[in-house]
Amino acid sequence: MKKLVKGGEFMVQDIDAADIFIPEEFDEEQQMVAQTCRDFLDAEVFPNLEKIDKQENNIGRTLIEKAGELGLLGISTPEELEGFGQSFVTSMLASEVMGSAYSFAVTYSCHTGIGTMPILYFGNEEQKQKYIPALTMGEKVGCYCLTEPGAGSDANSGKTKATLSEDGKHYILNGQKMWITNTGFGDIFTVFAKIDNDRVLSAFIVERDYPGVKFNPEEKKLGIKGSSTRQIFLEDCMVPVENLLWERGKGFRIALDILHMGRIKLGGNVLGAAKMAIDQSVNYSNERKQFGKSISNFGAIKYKLAEQAIRTFANESAVYRASSNVDEYVAAHLGEETKEQAIVHAFEEYAVEAAILKVYGSEMLDYVVDEGVQIHGGMGYSAEMRIERGYRDSRINRIFEGTNEINRLVTIDTLNKRGAKKDYDLYGQGEAVVAGLADLDGCSCCVDGYYENKLATIQNLKALGKMLLTAVSKAFGRKMMNEQMILNNISNIVARIYVAESTMLRVKKKEEVHGMDVAINKDILDCLVYDTAEFIRKEAKDCINSFVEDKEEFDLYNKGIKYYSCAKGVNVKAARERIADVLIEENKYCF
Amino acid sequence: MKIVVCLGNVPDTTTKVKFGDGTAFDKTGVQWIINPWDELALTRAMELKEDAGNPVSSVTVVTVGGKDAEPTMRKALAIGADDAIRVDTDARDAYAVAGQLAEAIKDKGFDIILTGIESSDYNGSMVGGMLAEMLDVPSVSAVSGLTISGSDVEITRDIDGGKEQVSVATPLVATVQKGIAKEARIAAMRGIMMARKKPLAVVPAAEVETLTDFVSFELPAPKPPCKMVDADNVAELVDLLQNEAKVL
Repeated sequence: MKKLVKGGEFMVQDIDAADIFIPEEFDEEQQMVAQTCRDFLDAEVFPNLEKIDKQENNIGRTLIEKAGELGLLGISTPEELEGFGQSFVTSMLASEVMGSAYSFAVTYSCHTGIGTMPILYFGNEEQKQKYIPALTMGEKVGCYCLTEPGAGSDANSGKTKATLSEDGKHYILNGQKMWITNTGFGDIFTVFAKIDNDRVLSAFIVERDYPGVKFNPEEKKLGIKGSSTRQIFLEDCMVPVENLLWERGKGFRIALDILHMGRIKLGGNVLGAAKMAIDQSVNYSNERKQFGKSISNFGAIKYKLAEQAIRTFANESAVYRASSNVDEYVAAHLGEETKEQAIVHAFEEYAVEAAILKVYGSEMLDYVVDEGVQIHGGMGYSAEMRIERGYRDSRINRIFEGTNEINRLVTIDTLNKRGAKKDYDLYGQGEAVVAGLADLDGCSCCVDGYYENKLATIQNLKALGKMLLTAVSKAFGRKMMNEQMILNNISNIVARIYVAESTMLRVKKKEEVHGMDVAINKDILDCLVYDTAEFIRKEAKDCINSFVEDKEEFDLYNKGIKYYSCAKGVNVKAARERIADVLIEENKYCF
Repeated sequence: MKIVVCLGNVPDTTTKVKFGDGTAFDKTGVQWIINPWDELALTRAMELKEDAGNPVSSVTVVTVGGKDAEPTMRKALAIGADDAIRVDTDARDAYAVAGQLAEAIKDKGFDIILTGIESSDYNGSMVGGMLAEMLDVPSVSAVSGLTISGSDVEITRDIDGGKEQVSVATPLVATVQKGIAKEARIAAMRGIMMARKKPLAVVPAAEVETLTDFVSFELPAPKPPCKMVDADNVAELVDLLQNEAKVL
């Protein structure tokens, strides 16, 4: 059995291409699940986009019920709770397809993720039996109530209070929650509140018809207009004591673990939306004629199409690599703990990857829809075209499930802690890179062999990332986490390394293990690795320029940046043209 | 009463058709689906079976095709068919397909044999009729309604300007068209999980005479460019239709 990888370990350890899961390996059953999701969207969602955006006749709820009838709400829920006990990868694939459903993507992911999973993962047997089957079958709709007007990113600062009633049978909740998805038709709310004068949160299962639960009208939003978003007021809300989730004071842990899961899932959601936006972009650019020919013939448009595809392919490679790591972790720990405990621990384990997928994925989609609008020209600004809706709906992804700002810090904070704990030799390797800077000589990007060269570049970029982490850690010590601008540089570097490496391993596995034709994939990889190295060079320079004052040290670090960020030159024009030409020929995303 | 539905494994209707060197359809990267007319037949078969008033004991699906047809078969099982038979050979032409189907179906006691009125790839509309002849059972074409009445089948056919009602004794072959069933079914998760446990028999191809040879394929000529005429400019439109398109 292959060795289980640790979260964030990719920075210190290379792995074999054969050891990652790639989307080309979905089995027939997984593909059938994906097809069912597509059939559902074609039948129920896409013909009703206007109605969904206007929230006509509670259509979001009706769609959840219909998805429930098809079993799409319980893909990875255990069979004894009316689910289908499938792998995390399978549920990610469903999330990917459902991610193209505009507003309903949010309704669905909220219900199946943050709306259901707190009870499944942290509920006791009675709580699970009482709530999970109904949530899985779509008879009840789930919501997650963490954010408050004064507690957003600083979630633990919430003011919602819980006090025990005199008879000891109820917690009495008072407070206000906002930006709560699915509230308009939700039934079951996981509500976070502090018991008495606790400094930490606890979590409660609150039902809609408990006394003291009140709602504001729908929020008016920029996008995802069809997803119900309201404020909830808890006014002396009587919650039975048996509805405390897990234990008193464990709420923040629940919140964080659920957010880790939501972040990985978001990486899948944006993938489906991106592929659809590319389809729309290619279709339109093939149809639209200017100067006597389709605009897809023009280099300026080809660049955009190719770049949309490169980033989407890269995101996909990373998403399924990390998702499979979750399944592998669960498989390795079953027996020692329950499946639910194992999956929660897997989310904690891969917190670095989850944060990366959230940030890279949401920014990838924003790029794809932005260029999608641009390719559509004036029509892209018209509500007549679906790309306009996609553009608006994309924007939320950088905000919810922890803002990208928080997630950039989570990436580095988690990596730093694991390095400091010596879970792996992050700082030892960083020290070694720093110690070797004076001796660097020659060209680092002239390694022969296609994959050998790509591997060398990625190893060098990792060395650079570790050098910077070590330098920052030395310079700021325990105050390191206060240096958000500098940490953002390093977080961006770490994220790009993970994505580029995942893409490289995927292409290599396709070719070397499965014998597939990867000519176009290599064009994608060439552009991606080249761009990644150039991007990282700038981030690294910004980082060093920001705090290194000693001239000798500064020169040494810059020498390291120059050496380690060197990537072999690529004819990016020719590569992007070839990528775009395939998209144009197929008239859809096809990698 | 036993129903068998003949399923064609066809390229998704959005497939960009390519012919390689011009003598064969290029299957690379093609997404395969159940022929939409056959899917209507399957849907009706499931409706008949689910209606407790009908004495339907099983719904079998049968196809002629290679291993790459199995995902399509399993989808049919996920939708609710009880078992599947794949005749292990390429679906060449209507005569060959009908011959293979007849061999696979005969002597198995099927009462209602359903096929779609045509397939969305070659659109031959011949298999149903040929199959009935080979099985020596009645054939009813263009069926838009089908109910069971005792050991007979009550059939509605769309005819010019109206509908025709026919009562046919089983066994029979009915080639069905739109209107036969409600909306196509989506394979539910439960069905997908059950599909793996249902039997999918692979039977060797029978000796069936080859009557056709593919000589060449070609794609339709690209559409000529569209000319836009201003809504107010009727004279120009008439002129173009008369002198350029020469249709007036």
